[in-house]
Amino acid sequence: MSEQLSTRVEYGKTLAELGEQNQDIVALDADLSGSTNTQRFAQAFKDRFFNMGIAEQDLMGTAAGLAVSGKIPFASTFAIFATGRGWEQIRQTIAYGGLNVKIVASHGGVTVGEDGGSHQAIEDLALMRVIPNMVVLVPADGIEVRRMVEWAVTYQGPVYIRTSRIPFPVIYDETYRFELGTGSILRDGDDLCLAGLGLMVHHCLEAAELLAAEGISARVLNLSSLKPLDWELVVASAQKTGALVTAEEHLVTGGLASAVCEVLAEHYPVPVERIGIRDVFGISGKPKDLLEHYGLMSIDIRNAAYKVLKSKARSKSLELRQVIK
Amino acid sequence: MEKIRNLSQLQEIARQVRIDIVTMLNAAGSGHTGGSLSATDILVALFFGKMNLDPRDPHWVLRDRFVLSKGHAAPTYYSILARLGFFDQAELMTLRRFGSFLQGHPDCNSTPGVEVCSGSLGQGLSVANGMALAARLDNLPSRIYVLLGDGEVQEGQIWEAAMSAAHFKLDKVTAIMDYNRLQIDGKVAEIMSIEPLPAKWQAFGWHTIEIDGHNMDQILAALDAAEEVEDRPSIIIASTIKGKGVSIFENKVKYHGVAPTDAELDLALKELGAA
Repeated sequence: MSEQLSTRVEYGKTLAELGEQNQDIVALDADLSGSTNTQRFAQAFKDRFFNMGIAEQDLMGTAAGLAVSGKIPFASTFAIFATGRGWEQIRQTIAYGGLNVKIVASHGGVTVGEDGGSHQAIEDLALMRVIPNMVVLVPADGIEVRRMVEWAVTYQGPVYIRTSRIPFPVIYDETYRFELGTGSILRDGDDLCLAGLGLMVHHCLEAAELLAAEGISARVLNLSSLKPLDWELVVASAQKTGALVTAEEHLVTGGLASAVCEVLAEHYPVPVERIGIRDVFGISGKPKDLLEHYGLMSIDIRNAAYKVLKSKARSKSLELRQVIK
Repeated sequence: MEKIRNLSQLQEIARQVRIDIVTMLNAAGSGHTGGSLSATDILVALFFGKMNLDPRDPHWVLRDRFVLSKGHAAPTYYSILARLGFFDQAELMTLRRFGSFLQGHPDCNSTPGVEVCSGSLGQGLSVANGMALAARLDNLPSRIYVLLGDGEVQEGQIWEAAMSAAHFKLDKVTAIMDYNRLQIDGKVAEIMSIEPLPAKWQAFGWHTIEIDGHNMDQILAALDAAEEVEDRPSIIIASTIKGKGVSIFENKVKYHGVAPTDAELDLALKELGAA
């Protein structure tokens, strides 16, 4: 098995390293610093860490004030509390003002596991994506989160980065460079395209392996820059392969599936199958059991690939019939 | 910027600001008359008599900071910023119009001198705390002022922020509450009581000062006194009259969010000595 890293742990390490180099970086948490991993920064830079207690609205507002005064605040808590409880503060004070606040929220998706539906953020990406000025990023591994956090410090404006509770396989090496609005092609193929976010990128790669063994060649995309989305890459992939599967640990509404379908509907409509959670809340269980329960495994992506290929064939034959007529 | 501590000079500026407010609101055809007029004396004393600012350099690093948490008093804020020289007074008449840099509620990216976006109530105290934490890290002398509405403290975030300001011993934070006792739907005491007032803030660890929010002498004295308090934030609970300065607006719930008609403007200008 390949090396595994936790995106939340890598975030914590990177933040602490960056804190050494840049005195303007401050960190805030809402009583979850051990889980979000801001604790590393807190231990190294006591004066520049503020634990706001269990008060997410105040967390976001205080981060905003620090940003107004020239600091680079990183505000962290669980994704559901950051984006749910603090949504209006993020919208009104941070994003409307274009303030330089970095929200790095852990425990995105159902792989939160045993804590259950109350703690599993399955709508955080939708909530952040609809806010003007907001950048929304989901790292595909522990290396990418490092590059995203480093990049976020150099970028002036609000950024949301989602990290995960569980470690998952590393797909990039240390030479990887993150670029805003740029997706990456992790594997090329002609028959269809699998586009993933977060740990689902790894599942897309596994699905592509399964499909390859069955004679189907799939292109695999990491669309970690959910907003702004690399729409040109999405359109080019649709033009090349004629069919897409999106895969995210999130509702199929408002996140990656929506973003991809919005772009394709406008520029190059092709059949799309959406892997994600369908209008239900999370439940307690082991992360792997939940990924299976919600149909988020490699095999589910592989099955969706066959479905979308069928749709592609059907639309091709319809096109053909039109031509014959 | 030279500060004005002469009471009659400050009262005269407040009279002019009130004239601006009713005129701007009448021109705009909408906006918040009552709470703009109730906050006028407080903000005139604060901006002209107390704060260190440089209108030629709105981002001057040593400046004091202000957050209009009750963002609907934007007309008062804009009139004062214009009269201080942050922008041309003629612009005031564009309030709320399409293309104006004077938005219905304060927008820091539109208006010179505005530090932070506000308008959604309850958020400004947290922002002020963040500014105070930054000033502390940078060893800046800046004091942070925030104007709260009385109805506004019904928002839970205010009390989260009240807790943090005391926890972090933010003695550079001075909140001022425009205690006019009315909100859109009626009397604060009847809609959702915020009493007991000084006691609540004291229980949260704040130094409290109660004054008449239309008495320039008392406002200046309270602002000076707050500066002497160490290791805890201060709140000046300033009793005011909603619609202060124009008899037909005073203590009238209706004028919370209604602009003066032409006839009402004529009367207001007469009472304010402008006609």
